[in-house]
Amino acid sequence: MIEAQGLSKHYGTRIAVQNVSFQAEQGEVLGFLGPNGAGKTTTMRILTGYLPPSDGSASIAGHDVLRESRAARRNLGYLPENVPLYPEMTIAGYLDYMARLRQVPQRRDALQRAMELVHITERADDRIGKLSKGYRQRVGLAQALLHDPPVLILDEPTVGLDPRQIIEVRELIRKLGSERTVILSTHILPEVSQLCNRVIILSNGRIAAIDTPQSLTTRLQGMERVRLQVGKPVPGIAEQIGLVAGVQTVEEGANGVFEIQSTRDQDVRPLLADLVVKQGWGLLELRAMSMSMEEIFLELTTHDIAATAAPTTPAAEPIPPDVAPAEDENEVVTKDA
Amino acid sequence: MHAALTIARRELDAYFVSPIAYLVTAAFLVISGFFFSIFLISAQQQPNNDITQVMQGLFNNINVILLFIAPLLTMRLLADEQRSGTIEVLLTSPVRDWEVVLGKFLAALALFLVMLLLTLLYPLFIWRMGGNPDWGPIFGGYLGLTLLAAATLSIGTLASALTENQIVAAVIAFAILLVLWLIGAAGTVWTGAAEVFRALSILERSDNFARGVINLEDIVYYLSLIIGTLFITTRILETRRYS
Repeated sequence: MIEAQGLSKHYGTRIAVQNVSFQAEQGEVLGFLGPNGAGKTTTMRILTGYLPPSDGSASIAGHDVLRESRAARRNLGYLPENVPLYPEMTIAGYLDYMARLRQVPQRRDALQRAMELVHITERADDRIGKLSKGYRQRVGLAQALLHDPPVLILDEPTVGLDPRQIIEVRELIRKLGSERTVILSTHILPEVSQLCNRVIILSNGRIAAIDTPQSLTTRLQGMERVRLQVGKPVPGIAEQIGLVAGVQTVEEGANGVFEIQSTRDQDVRPLLADLVVKQGWGLLELRAMSMSMEEIFLELTTHDIAATAAPTTPAAEPIPPDVAPAEDENEVVTKDA
Repeated sequence: MHAALTIARRELDAYFVSPIAYLVTAAFLVISGFFFSIFLISAQQQPNNDITQVMQGLFNNINVILLFIAPLLTMRLLADEQRSGTIEVLLTSPVRDWEVVLGKFLAALALFLVMLLLTLLYPLFIWRMGGNPDWGPIFGGYLGLTLLAAATLSIGTLASALTENQIVAAVIAFAILLVLWLIGAAGTVWTGAAEVFRALSILERSDNFARGVINLEDIVYYLSLIIGTLFITTRILETRRYS
């Protein structure tokens, strides 16, 4: 449905997007995650045909966004960041205008359907300029849905909404994503784990990681972190723990707390438990610490990926979602490179 | 073309939501009415009572008014879409860039033609009051004004594509029009190239129409100016995506 091959966008010497490649299939919700300025909006604008890429190519529903731009645009609904609308028009007037531009057949029905999907039917005759942020967002979504496109590109669809509206919009996106291809950008991390089948983490215009939210979490957990608390801390514990097979680093905290990092895919907890019990340190707590999406995000985006990852790094290649985690070690932990 | 008309229709509606269309129309009618009265009264005071002079004088003044109101009518067209970001929705819908430009231009032209239509009251007034206006030059004058209006409005549309600031768009449009207006005067200094300057001048030609002289050359001048300007505007819209 959506295919991007080596997309790059330069503004003079500034690089907005560098060598971004990925695919998205029908029924898939793909999330773009990244800090501001990471290239999310630029990548989306390239996909919608609004910005031509400096390099690379992209296609929507089999149509190249540059060479068959109008065919590609016919197959896509787009909600730009900040939802630009005409304040002087009414909701119905605006949607009618967009439906005419898109030459939607059975305009009246399409309008009704789109308005019902986002629950704005009762405000159809209100001026857009008088609407709250939440309603504006819905009008933007209705506009993107008018022509029932197979591909939806939503730039920060939940930004500025109150919690109840966020839940509504997420439910809508999930519903839409079941039969369409949806790309959405966000910097709200739980949104990604809730909504997306796959995530692309962008950093400095490059893909830092691309995978399902679940395996992204487990892959980063491959570097196991274990929290250990002992009741009778004596000097030299840290050194002894460090000798346990598989332990890489040990950090000693207050009150006998130790944070231990072990090598990938090796659970050091049984060995640690044995050691603590044998030495009689008084085991209080021993548990694996899982990384939240926040931590993964920070892990991936705060390191200078641009400096370590060459443009040909496997990170920039599309990864099929079903690849076993062991094989794509390099893609996620680029900081190791 | 379908899309261009859809865009033009929305744009016309937008004109009448803001006070600008009403203000410009009112100002236009007051000023043209004022000139009409002056020419009518002065014609009455002349011994030969030459009524044809009235409309010709009026046309020559509407020409000048156009230079001032065209930038006001066109400044919003593309600048505002770029400022608010609605251009992004417009250009990602399956609409061709030239259809956007043409639609915007047609809306401004339609609004001006409505204003011009209202001035038909003046020759009808002369006729109703028992005067015998010469319809040939009047028809020519209106044709000339329509072409001149289309040319000035296309230049205004171009200026509006250059910036997201409406005021800047209006100033650019006015500056270009002023140059095209005054270029005829340059011929009085560089007499050698007088013909060239006069050929380029946007105003000199509409005088011909007001005298009832319709030259193919004049029509071609205006049409090529309009098409060329709209073409460049389309290219500007395209290249602004690259910036």
